[in-house]
Amino acid sequence: MSDQRVIVVGGGLAGLAASVRVAEAGIAVDLFSMVPVKRSHSVCAQGGINACNEVARQQGYSEYQHFDETLYGGDFLADQGPVLEMTAWAPKVIDLLDRMGVPFNRTAEGFRDLRLFGGSLFKRTHFAGATTGQQLLYALDEQTRRFESEGKVTKYEFWEFLAPVLDDNGKCVGIVAQDMRTMQIRSFRADAVVMATGGNGLVFGQSTNSVICTGGAASRCYQHGAWYGNAEMIQVHPTAIPGADKCRLMSESARGEGGRVWVPKDKADARKPADIPEGERWYFLEERYPDYGNLVPRDIATREIFDVCVNDHMGIGGGNMVYLDLSHMDPDYLTNKLGGILEIYEKFAGEDPRHTPMKIFPAVHYTMGGMWTTYTEGSYTPDAPAPEHKPGNAIPVAPTAGIGMTHGAPNNMMTNIEGLYAFGEVNFAYHGATRLGANALLSCIFDGLFNGLSVANAVQHTDRPASDVPQSVYDAASDREQDKHEAFIATAGNHSGENAYVIAREMGVEMTAASTVVKTGPRLEKCLAKLDELSERYSRVKLSDTATWTNQSLSFTRATGDMLILAEAIARAGLLRQESRGSHYRTDFPDRDDARFWKTSVSRFNPATGKADVTFEPVRAPLVKPRPRTYGKTAPEPAKKTAQPVGS
Amino acid sequence: MSLPQAHQSTLAWRQANRAKAVPGRTIVMTVRRCEGPGKLGWFESFKIPVEPNENVISCLQKIAANPVTADGKETTPVVWDSGCLEEVCGACTMVINGTVRQSCSCLIDEYAPEEGDEITLEPMSKFPVIRDLWVDRARLFNSLKRVRGWVPIDSTAALGPGPKEDQATQSTRYAISECMSCGCCLEACPQFLLEGDEDAWDSAFIGAHAIAQARLFNLHGTGKNLAPERLDELMGPGGVADCGNAQNCVKVCPKGVPLTESIGAMGRGVTMHAVTRFFKGK
Ligand SMILES: Cc1cc2nc3c(=O)[nH]c(=O)nc-3n(C[C@H](O)[C@H](O)[C@H](O)COP(=O)(O)OP(=O)(O)OC[C@H]3O[C@@H](n4cnc5c(N)ncnc54)[C@H](O)[C@@H]3O)c2cc1C
Ligand code: SF4
Ligand code: SF4
Ligand code: FES
Repeated sequence: MSDQRVIVVGGGLAGLAASVRVAEAGIAVDLFSMVPVKRSHSVCAQGGINACNEVARQQGYSEYQHFDETLYGGDFLADQGPVLEMTAWAPKVIDLLDRMGVPFNRTAEGFRDLRLFGGSLFKRTHFAGATTGQQLLYALDEQTRRFESEGKVTKYEFWEFLAPVLDDNGKCVGIVAQDMRTMQIRSFRADAVVMATGGNGLVFGQSTNSVICTGGAASRCYQHGAWYGNAEMIQVHPTAIPGADKCRLMSESARGEGGRVWVPKDKADARKPADIPEGERWYFLEERYPDYGNLVPRDIATREIFDVCVNDHMGIGGGNMVYLDLSHMDPDYLTNKLGGILEIYEKFAGEDPRHTPMKIFPAVHYTMGGMWTTYTEGSYTPDAPAPEHKPGNAIPVAPTAGIGMTHGAPNNMMTNIEGLYAFGEVNFAYHGATRLGANALLSCIFDGLFNGLSVANAVQHTDRPASDVPQSVYDAASDREQDKHEAFIATAGNHSGENAYVIAREMGVEMTAASTVVKTGPRLEKCLAKLDELSERYSRVKLSDTATWTNQSLSFTRATGDMLILAEAIARAGLLRQESRGSHYRTDFPDRDDARFWKTSVSRFNPATGKADVTFEPVRAPLVKPRPRTYGKTAPEPAKKTAQPVGS
Repeated sequence: MSLPQAHQSTLAWRQANRAKAVPGRTIVMTVRRCEGPGKLGWFESFKIPVEPNENVISCLQKIAANPVTADGKETTPVVWDSGCLEEVCGACTMVINGTVRQSCSCLIDEYAPEEGDEITLEPMSKFPVIRDLWVDRARLFNSLKRVRGWVPIDSTAALGPGPKEDQATQSTRYAISECMSCGCCLEACPQFLLEGDEDAWDSAFIGAHAIAQARLFNLHGTGKNLAPERLDELMGPGGVADCGNAQNCVKVCPKGVPLTESIGAMGRGVTMHAVTRFFKGK
């Protein structure tokens, strides 16, 4: 079986962890990435990574509590087995990263330090300064480099994934990819393909994501028949620095370390923030959520900020901005714990947040939805789903391996297409309707390490190796992509053609206005009509560069078409989900409706219409009973305001 | 950790320029173009209307959306490399007005505050150009292989935590571990020269970033098991002795990586290592 190979597409945390795990199992890995893997978007993650730890455990925390929190945070939309397994494994993930040399912050005695994060009352977030994602990515990058120098991993950096190759039975047996420098298109054979291509922030124009996070790769799989789950679930992070090219994140760790969100009580107050006395500041999160305060989950904080600014016009100077304030804290402490993100603010906003409150506003941040995946249940099968877990209660199940998912089962995190897997942010598992801060890094690495074994097992035990697939299948697949490529190049002569950058910008504006913080049916209908218009214009797109060498316009133009198709699924699933749950907030259906919508939305691409056929499928939830998600909000909600999406 | 030196020295200058930045102005961006490896380069200028808080990348995005030069000629979009847009991925390094730096953190309000001000963008000169501002930094990553920049763990099996670490060592390692492989230190180094021939990479000067990485792993409880191999590499051709101690590197490093301190430490390590080897007769 020595000629067996696995392709991993994407070299962020999920892709690198998968590469390491599969290579370790003795199978050759071909690793594809649009950027040198060390520059993947995971490098941006700031705040930290969650796991139960000994200190928290002695205060009553447990892996099971982490599990319960994650489900509650996600408003019970996630399939439960994978979440149980992930949280049970979390401490092992941290230990392994520690062994790989991640410079986690340390206590005086030399143990790993911990911080508070949203959605928990316990310190369970491990961190390396305020650049945790960078440090974790580098550790996995280093291990991958080690395998690479031993010849077990082959990197294809600056290669763009274009399509999966499916054999006559619909099994995934390889990919088609393009060298972004030479523009060569070719197909690659593999016994299994792992997609680890991250999120789709660019569909919304400006987001906290890197410039390559278009979701193009996921969209291409979707167009080849892979299902897409909970497309409508997009996280808007409450605290980002608005910018011309992107919105730079101000990590939740700023609040975890004591940052407070406020606006002047008088919106006409023109004083410098430092000159506004305590009594004339409105700490609206602390007032409304006495337990969690500034650390309510992201969708809640985002809606409150949105409410204060957009509905009440109580933002700073009446505009769309609130203060995130650290200036009451010791500057040296801040430098030690948050140096990286404070520098970002200083660099881009020109003020020192150690002394001046930061001005922030919400921005699109994370893709909870994604490629639909399945799994094999684990050993924990309670007779009835458990009620809420409270600290100190007896733990229903010990955190041993295999309780939530069967370790090594060949279908773990496999899509509906045999042989095609989805790991990390690109899948829909784990985070339901909202992701808790510092759970993403965990889910990415967990996917790679835990489900990497599933891929290895599937490959080792197959009776249909890819080496038996006729070459003609691969040639046909690469020919199709080559034809598309030629067709794009041919548009250059078309003088009245449309500009892809303009289309992408309009799509971003429309999607942000209609399909993020506040949604309504009519506004989403309007959004779908706008997407139709954009798709029609896109069919007349004109390339601004015909170079046959290093043509970035072509890559962007192609991705724009794929983003439009994904955007349609996001808006349509949002329209059909007539309830509010987690990040999905419909003013025309303000309550959670478990009877109709405690379900996964599954989008299937319809090649005839070019659009999504959306169905709602039951959530696999045998472990915990859903309960209302309130985070102990005080006082009855102030008389329902008619929040409206932008531009309605 | 404080602000990197390069930024600290210019903070006042930056704030002063920001304060005087003229709203609604048009600036000139002059870009060194090149169609591909081995082709001749030329300059093209673009007029760009800018808003507050723009950076070099947002201007390049505007050029991509409308590739017309200052004198009205249609041209191709400029090719460049970028990723995070928040100075943490290392992708977007360029030579801007003659000095190497990240372009995503290069703010127009600071560099071109007045009407008609010009900003010049060129690719790094120490790496082969792929197209326009995009260069091939494969050699930089190869250097990380040369110093065995990893901790040799047994496997990914659950084997408990890593070695305990004191806060001082953690903060030294963290500072080095922030290196984002951007290449600024290499562009600025008089000893690091353009080398297109891959076969020559393993004996050419390895560069400040890789010397620092060797130190990073030698400081780790398990990483130090490969210290002899790392020191062997740094003793060899293109190793730490090739550094002329010009200290240009540390001045341009956007992450404030303690480069000269690390070069010093590794220089001493190599000397000790040579002495030990001499007495062991190896
Ligand atoms: C600013 C910011 C801060 C964050 N902070 C935290 C935090 O503190 N804690 C936390 O838990 N989470 C955090 N997150 C979320 C977390 O960083 C991401 O969810 C996670 O890093 C995603 O990793 P990934 O491996 O799935 O994908 P990515 O890291 O996005 O990697 C995607 C990979 O796929 C490749 N790729 C994409 N498309 C193609 C294609 N067509 N062809 C070939 N290759 C392709 C890319 O080159 C890249 O290598 C943060 C996110 C952001 C934006
Ligand atoms: S100190 Fe050494 S590595 Fe740094 S610039 Fe000078 S010669 Fe180059
Ligand atoms: S040491 Fe500094 S300048 Fe050199 S590659 Fe690393 S981050 Fe860049
Ligand atoms: S784009 Fe990542 S450092 Fe500039």
